[in-house]
Amino acid sequence: MNLTISLTINGEPRSIDLDDPRVTLLDLLRERLHLTGTKKGCDRGQCGACTILVDGQRINSCLALAVSHDGADIRTIEGLAENGQLHPVQEAFIAHDGFQCGYCTPGQIMSAVGLIAEGHAGDDPERVRELMSGNLCRCGAYRGITEAVLEAEAKLSERDRSAAA
Amino acid sequence: MNRFDYIRPKNVAEAVAAASEPGSAYLAAGTNLLDLMKGGVSRPERLVDVTHLPGLDRIETLADGAMRIGALVKNSELAYDEAFSARFPAVAEALLSGASAQLRNAATVGGNLLQRTRCAYFYDTASACNKRAPGSGCDAIGGENHGHAVLGWSEHCIATHPSDFCVPLTALGAIVKIEGKDGRRDVPITDFYLLPGDTPDRENVLSPGEMIVGVRLPAEAAGFAANQRYLKVRERTSYAFAVVSAAAALRIEDGTIAEARLALGGVAARPWRAIEAEAALAGAPASRASFEKAAEAAFADARPSGDNAYKIALGKRIVTRALAMAASGTPEVMPALPASPFAPLSEGVIHV
Repeated sequence: MNLTISLTINGEPRSIDLDDPRVTLLDLLRERLHLTGTKKGCDRGQCGACTILVDGQRINSCLALAVSHDGADIRTIEGLAENGQLHPVQEAFIAHDGFQCGYCTPGQIMSAVGLIAEGHAGDDPERVRELMSGNLCRCGAYRGITEAVLEAEAKLSERDRSAAA
Repeated sequence: MNRFDYIRPKNVAEAVAAASEPGSAYLAAGTNLLDLMKGGVSRPERLVDVTHLPGLDRIETLADGAMRIGALVKNSELAYDEAFSARFPAVAEALLSGASAQLRNAATVGGNLLQRTRCAYFYDTASACNKRAPGSGCDAIGGENHGHAVLGWSEHCIATHPSDFCVPLTALGAIVKIEGKDGRRDVPITDFYLLPGDTPDRENVLSPGEMIVGVRLPAEAAGFAANQRYLKVRERTSYAFAVVSAAAALRIEDGTIAEARLALGGVAARPWRAIEAEAALAGAPASRASFEKAAEAAFADARPSGDNAYKIALGKRIVTRALAMAASGTPEVMPALPASPFAPLSEGVIHV
């Protein structure tokens, strides 16, 4: 069975031939498009390492069939920095030591970008922790992660206010 | 994962026709189905992808105040819909206490209703499981079963239904809207799920090819908006299925309970409506003594299916506290930790 799907990946429209409907978005990105920034942790939706944005929403790419997402707009960790300038969430993770081994970090960062866009956490660390609970970090960098998300959220909302003024 | 044919129907009628063929399964977000397929637990020969079907992604308020939710509405979209959460706050709270933000962004209303049990023996294809392989036995009985059912179980299956969303839906009398080869029908959620009996592989009343197209919350259910909560004990603070949960909704007039709704999660193969407890509460004062009496009534028929007698004692305390929380009023803003026993209690709720 040959299926052709259209995806926009980090701003670039792509036409992709799939020879097998079993391919997940995660395996498509990593194995076929060689965008290996998105990580495979559990491959079962339990760890969040594979988090990407699909049509602006963070989801687990390991539990999403690529063929079912025909037409989707996808953003991965490779698409966050602009013109060599790190995204504010990436900068905040560095500033607050929001990682140790780094394996969960792309998923954490994409999840944080999604969380900030959703706008339900505000400046409440408890809400940030709750809304980041789908991303496990076995090094235990949670404290730095929470601080990084709060700082990036503040910076991005400040930037939005300046833009609106 | 086994190989399968992929079908993307253009409308519900095409979907129903395709899924009526033996070996078919509906694919929505796939957050549960793909997990099951990766483990070899489900092996559908064809997937009928409903995610592109038109008209099933709306949240509508009907003229009489009822709300109709399309089967493809995402869990997060529904939970954060202001018109919906104002009328049915315990449903929003239950949704936000379930899974993770990523899964809630993907998972659909219809998929949530049809998710399978998280019994580890159902997931382990090397174990006997009457639900996965009818007639093979049940390794959960006599196995690791501290999380299993205490109500409505049989000697063939002691699994529980894992949904949070369905618990307040059950308390509030939601209607499941179904479409199949023979047309449309509405089934109250309290009649939708089947107890295991000697056919635990039959989990609900859907016939082959029938699909859930939506859920309706009747107008009268909105009468409980001021006093309703969902409370859920988990083995960690967040991102875990319920050990025991309860949805409580009250209509209080001058300190007296005019009408009560109560349903339990994590205790049975279906979200469990506690009718006897509701009857015990009707006309009673909104007091701790009434809530404790209702909790006893809710678990009067409960019995352990293994190492889980603690769930009966725990369940009674959760019911008592959920009722006390509901009586003290729906919070104005969603708690930071939805449905969590660790969230600060509002004033007037006695610690139980």
